[in-house]
Amino acid sequence: MHAMTSLTRRGLLKSGGALMVSFALGAALPKRTIAQSAAAPDVDSFLAIHADGSVTIYTSKVDIGTGLATAFRQTAAEELGIPVERFNVIEGDTATTPNHGGTGGSSGIPRGAADIRRAAATARQALLDLGSKQLNRPAADLTISAGEVHPAADGKGIAVAALIGGKRFSLKVDPQAPLRDPAAYTVVGKPILRADVPAKCTGRHPYLQDLTVPGMLHGRVVRPASMGARLLSVDESSVRAIPGVRVVRVESFLGVVAKDEWAAIRAARELKATWSEWSGLPGSAGFERTLRESPVERDQVVVNRGDANAPKPLSATYYWPFQSHASLAPSCAVADCKESGTTVWSASQNPFGLRGNLAKVFGIPQEKIHVIYLDGSGSYGSNGNDDAAADALLLSRAAGQPVRMQWMREDEHGWDPKGPAQLLDIRGAIDAEGNITAWETQMWLPGGPQGDRALVGPESAGLAQGHGQNAGAMTLNTDPPYATANLRVVAHSLKDTPLRLSNLRAPGKIANVFAVEGFTDELAVAAGMDAAAFRRRLLADPRAIAVLDRALAMIEWQPRPSPNPKPAAGNLHVGRGIAYMRYKQAENYVAMAMEVAVDRATGKVTVRRVACAHDCGLIVNPDGLRNQVEGNIVQTLSRTLHEEVTFDRSRVTSVDWASYPVLTFPEAPAIEVALIDHPDQPSYGAGEAASAPVAAALANAIFDATGVRLRTVPFTPARVKAALA
Amino acid sequence: MPTYRFRVNGNAATVDSWDPDQPLLYVLRNTLGLHSAKFGCGLGQCGACTVLLDGQAVRSCVLPVHQAAGHSVTTLEALPARIPDAFIAEQAAQCGYCTAGMVMGAAALLSQTPHPSLDQVKQSLAGNLCRCGTHTRILNAVMRVAKA
Repeated sequence: MHAMTSLTRRGLLKSGGALMVSFALGAALPKRTIAQSAAAPDVDSFLAIHADGSVTIYTSKVDIGTGLATAFRQTAAEELGIPVERFNVIEGDTATTPNHGGTGGSSGIPRGAADIRRAAATARQALLDLGSKQLNRPAADLTISAGEVHPAADGKGIAVAALIGGKRFSLKVDPQAPLRDPAAYTVVGKPILRADVPAKCTGRHPYLQDLTVPGMLHGRVVRPASMGARLLSVDESSVRAIPGVRVVRVESFLGVVAKDEWAAIRAARELKATWSEWSGLPGSAGFERTLRESPVERDQVVVNRGDANAPKPLSATYYWPFQSHASLAPSCAVADCKESGTTVWSASQNPFGLRGNLAKVFGIPQEKIHVIYLDGSGSYGSNGNDDAAADALLLSRAAGQPVRMQWMREDEHGWDPKGPAQLLDIRGAIDAEGNITAWETQMWLPGGPQGDRALVGPESAGLAQGHGQNAGAMTLNTDPPYATANLRVVAHSLKDTPLRLSNLRAPGKIANVFAVEGFTDELAVAAGMDAAAFRRRLLADPRAIAVLDRALAMIEWQPRPSPNPKPAAGNLHVGRGIAYMRYKQAENYVAMAMEVAVDRATGKVTVRRVACAHDCGLIVNPDGLRNQVEGNIVQTLSRTLHEEVTFDRSRVTSVDWASYPVLTFPEAPAIEVALIDHPDQPSYGAGEAASAPVAAALANAIFDATGVRLRTVPFTPARVKAALA
Repeated sequence: MPTYRFRVNGNAATVDSWDPDQPLLYVLRNTLGLHSAKFGCGLGQCGACTVLLDGQAVRSCVLPVHQAAGHSVTTLEALPARIPDAFIAEQAAQCGYCTAGMVMGAAALLSQTPHPSLDQVKQSLAGNLCRCGTHTRILNAVMRVAKA
């Protein structure tokens, strides 16, 4: 991406910003053929050292604003002994990058960087061997630093570029290649600045949305008024006055293309079409009841330990609504569908997966589809990007020209696949000492078949496709992280879902921790104990205790039971809350403490302070990590305070930023983050973990302030006020 | 086709638009090749399209081109480095799609109020949405300029 970035930046600067700038991405790159063996990948598929000493990393993992590409550069630079600023990254190009998986599940660091690290380690050994021959010294005497192979002790070295520059390694990645000792790291662990940030802050970063290709038309879709409606008729004369518009109709897929973008927008808005009536949705009001009462496809026993029938006198029900990715940019794609081959530019988090799905749905051989990733706006899993790609392809195929397809705001909010609603019943018991003697979680969530997600456009166009309803690892963190003798967790996946499902940041885990850590708080209250002390004595893992203690120290936690005996005088009631979890019960340790003020008159919740202690093992880039942790906290506060996808019997009704509000600047809390580094431990990805305890910490703080337990998200002023009444 | 004249980033610009109500955003991006202002909602709700019109922050996605005629438009491409440099120093971006709007919103505020309080900055950017949750860093970046 960064090689392309600089290319484009030059183009823009040269033009003085006053000319139409076209950039044909990929054209400047050397032709590459890559071995696509996931089992035994080539070093060359991941790395190319050029004659000028620069290095390109090739990866299918994409940097959606997380700083992942910078972490990759640091990882490879560390192993290779080449300065980090000489590295650039090409991401998600199905013609030139290896396929080592899509981007998601916080796998970018633990799997993506690990693959790149092993390739770089193998390359390092090869460079030492080459240097050994050139320098006439045993390889064991040599090292690499500043891009030069040289004797570790003394003597003249030789530049890496002189040994391999512009040539291939022709080696398989050696999983046994020796890795650099983390204790000696000089690049990994440093807050290297992200290469993409300067261009983003000066308006010169090339986004997918900015791409222009020769002969390109602008496309827009016309979605039906009701989600499942069929197109009955179209009155093309209704847009005849708008210049250069062509109407595209494929079965019930309706769209427009025009040379001028505004013409396409107006035509899509003004095109008169008649649709059938449809009202197949259950409606979002009371959807928690729908979840509980709908047919179940399968019951998954997630955990079962001890006596399932141990008494559990305490119980509570927690509900999390459907939520949208609500990406700031509506999904976009450019497609050029030709007989000779199809090119799709997309911000998909899984370019290879998109290629495979498009091939199946459109009946195009996979090798004839070239998907090229370009940065879009943030996506937090699978938003509408893959759907926009299919829309662009449908329009390009019909128009016989390349089409840039950008969804409008109501398309994004209305039609992106959603993070599922979840309903959790928890029952439990404690003894006189505050031990959890029994715990049961039962969760209901919408479901459907496994496999590829159906794409919106092709569905309307009547193309055969899968109807998978995968939303990610929804059932993790449904059990408490505390010592519990008798434990049972069952997840009920329903046969159906009203809205398409997708992975939305930390899938399932935010709601699960909301319920589990909320109920843990309820147990602490029942025990009459301080919420932190209750948790602490049930934790054994020193890393868990370390993050908990750190968060408590940061917020100056005073031990006492909740609710706060002296919340305030007047309407503003102040409280504090704590939540702890280990992400997926196997990865990052995160503890989060919050201080909130609740206005009892208006129901408005103000988050004053957030203190987060975060242990992800080895830290690759502390500043990138901190940015991710802060983002996780703010975004999840938004999801907890404001966000709920609403729908009636026919359509999604939260279709813009007024009907689907998100957190705004006046609500931004003071955030303090403590990063705990373990250079000797594996590195976990941090794109999601810190989001998981946010809702629980907030609800626990609100309870402390008010004595009222909120178990349904979002915590809107109206809901809070009603709960306080 | 009607023609509209205004100044863009200090230079005279003459553009044709078949529709006088075409929002300025599309003229900037598609006719003038200035891509910093972004389409986010087309409703004036998110601020990603923010540019300066005679020094005032405006939502170019809802500003008809005919209303820009005769005025002076500034986009991030031509903004002095002071505010962008503060954003870079604070690494105040994740996906960066909102960043241009944030910088332009901050530029309008700082031109009127050179040393705003944190609360003034928060209120001033209340209509600029960031979905990645980079709020803390954006505030730090603006305050870095405010305190300079």
